[in-house]
Amino acid sequence: MSNSLIKPRIERPPLSQILIGKTPLFLVPLLMLIGLLAIGSGSTWLTLTAAGLAMGMMIFIMASGLTVIFGLMDVINFGHGAFISLGAFAGFTILGLLGGWIESPSIALNLGAILLAVAFAMLVTGLAGYGFERLIVKPVYGEHLKQILVTMGGLVVTQQLIYVIWGPDEIVLARPTALQGSFVIFEAAIEKYRVLAIAIGLALFAAMRLVLSKTRIGLLVRAGVQNGEMVEALGYPIQKLFLVVFMAGCALAGLGGVMWGIYQETITAHMGAEVMISVFIVVIIGGLGSIEGCFIGAMLVGLLTNYTGFLVPKLSLISTILLMGIVLMWRPQGLYPVVKTH
Amino acid sequence: MIMKLLSGDHPRSKTLSIVLLLIVFGLLFAPFLFPGTRSLDTAARICIFIVLVASYDLLLGYTGVVSFAHTMFFGIGAYGTALALTNMGASYAAIALGTVCGALAAGLFAFMIALFSLRVKAIFFAMMTLAVASAFLVLVSQLSWITGGEDGLSYRIPREMTTAYKLVQDKFLNVRINGKLITYYVIFFSSLSLFLILLRIVNSPFGRVLQAIRENAFRAEAIGYKVVHYSSVATVLSAVIAALSGSLIAIWLRYTGPATTLSMDIMVDILLMIVIGGMGSMYGAVIGVVLFLITQSYLQNLLGILQESLGSLPIVSEVVSPERWLLWLGILFICSIYWFPKGVVGRIRGG
Repeated sequence: MSNSLIKPRIERPPLSQILIGKTPLFLVPLLMLIGLLAIGSGSTWLTLTAAGLAMGMMIFIMASGLTVIFGLMDVINFGHGAFISLGAFAGFTILGLLGGWIESPSIALNLGAILLAVAFAMLVTGLAGYGFERLIVKPVYGEHLKQILVTMGGLVVTQQLIYVIWGPDEIVLARPTALQGSFVIFEAAIEKYRVLAIAIGLALFAAMRLVLSKTRIGLLVRAGVQNGEMVEALGYPIQKLFLVVFMAGCALAGLGGVMWGIYQETITAHMGAEVMISVFIVVIIGGLGSIEGCFIGAMLVGLLTNYTGFLVPKLSLISTILLMGIVLMWRPQGLYPVVKTH
Repeated sequence: MIMKLLSGDHPRSKTLSIVLLLIVFGLLFAPFLFPGTRSLDTAARICIFIVLVASYDLLLGYTGVVSFAHTMFFGIGAYGTALALTNMGASYAAIALGTVCGALAAGLFAFMIALFSLRVKAIFFAMMTLAVASAFLVLVSQLSWITGGEDGLSYRIPREMTTAYKLVQDKFLNVRINGKLITYYVIFFSSLSLFLILLRIVNSPFGRVLQAIRENAFRAEAIGYKVVHYSSVATVLSAVIAALSGSLIAIWLRYTGPATTLSMDIMVDILLMIVIGGMGSMYGAVIGVVLFLITQSYLQNLLGILQESLGSLPIVSEVVSPERWLLWLGILFICSIYWFPKGVVGRIRGG
């Protein structure tokens, strides 16, 4: 009779409950479907969807750092936009130096130039993030009011420093040759650069999930999000961990800034602060601190902006605010609220 | 009598009282002390911004709530008056109607935002207001058939309020007593009464509850005050007063556009003024505004001199270039949050 082992009984919630828990996942396809019905023409829809996803991916890259920083230490960096601009300016400096690589039709040289620019931008913003954390954020840990004010001050100062270093004028730079123009699929024109942006965004999302779920530092970050004090009590220096995450988040903002700059082909010191509006909306929709929520929120905002931008151009920004209102009425803490155990 | 007007909120420092008295007298006799259109314009701006910044202090300094939508409410008030004057012609009825409608709209809007976001976290409210205010700015710039878009609206105000109207033919103390002067005094006394109303609010039992929320929201809730209710009312009040000050600037400038009322630059200015002046004291707003506007013009001159004397050094001379005055004020802002969280007023009172 030794075969009849006592097994723990694992309660499986009914299917309907699982589905309700996963509803946010269906929002993106649902929005695409509504978009298709509203737009009517399939090829236009495909173009707009590609544009929306590309925009969403870039916003996700910029927003992901912000949301993890918040999740870990309850710090919201209103100066995050400054790192977007800083990254764009640093990247464009490299692109400007590598003018020959960009103008050549070889895709390898083009990508090489972008890669170098991205690497430099991430290095600069990561280091700037180190300084920002030490000088501006660290003295006001745990004091939300001062934190908001001080990081806002940091934004002003960083923007002014960009003026000091790169001058007050905007910088215009054409996209690398091989990334100009578009592919034509099913009569729909899809810009090549957007495909690249989608690819980078997806790769980054996958990599982030992998790091967070499989590596030791990811484990610590997830534990820190749930209960920072306990992580500290177990002997891990959460301040150091936070510093690393802060620098990584700033480097991601820099990456997003370069990509956004190449996409727009012009950069200004204010561009970061402008994109931050969408970034904040995305972070609020997704639930502060949640990577998955941030990803879904970014896709929704990107798609909705492009759909309404086509249907009623004047209302594209307002529509995302409305989306935020609807989501908050449904889930007041965002799509995936981060559960804190303390 | 004076203590009653000030709602018992004494400046609590001899130096501060003297400085405040100087400012009030300076503003009261500005047209005679500093003749000229430009200085009158600065004086009117100071009056209006004192109200705007003080109403922001009701939220930031007294309740401990950070909002980035204050320029939005300022703009709603300005556009309310501007739209009424544009569409109904230059009449007092238009001014009254526009001002009331603007204030009501601002209050309603503030109530909706408060309803959505005050329940969760302070940070949430800050992010939400930033997003909504930026979207509002974009919307106003795009709806050009109503708001005039980026160009804004220019309109006429009643003749008795312009330079064309002369109350007496002769000059008084070398100053022409014309409509512009009347408008200045309308703005001065409106600002003064709004400021005194704000003082009344913060020194009432309601204001004490707000301060309790700022110090410890959890404890305030435990004593039995509904934190969400009180902070929502504070948000609405500060929005309404901001809208009223917006109406004043619409009347003074005879022009309303996104750059003069709604832009984020003004929001940053408000933040700088209140933090440097001193959060949590209405007098901080007065000191902050005056100090900021003086610094803004003189710091540029000072930096210009500094740049000329440095001359050749490449980066350093950029840093002290007159256009970079905001850099220095930004650094001052960060330092004052660390070391003087009560601003100049706290410093003066501390001795």
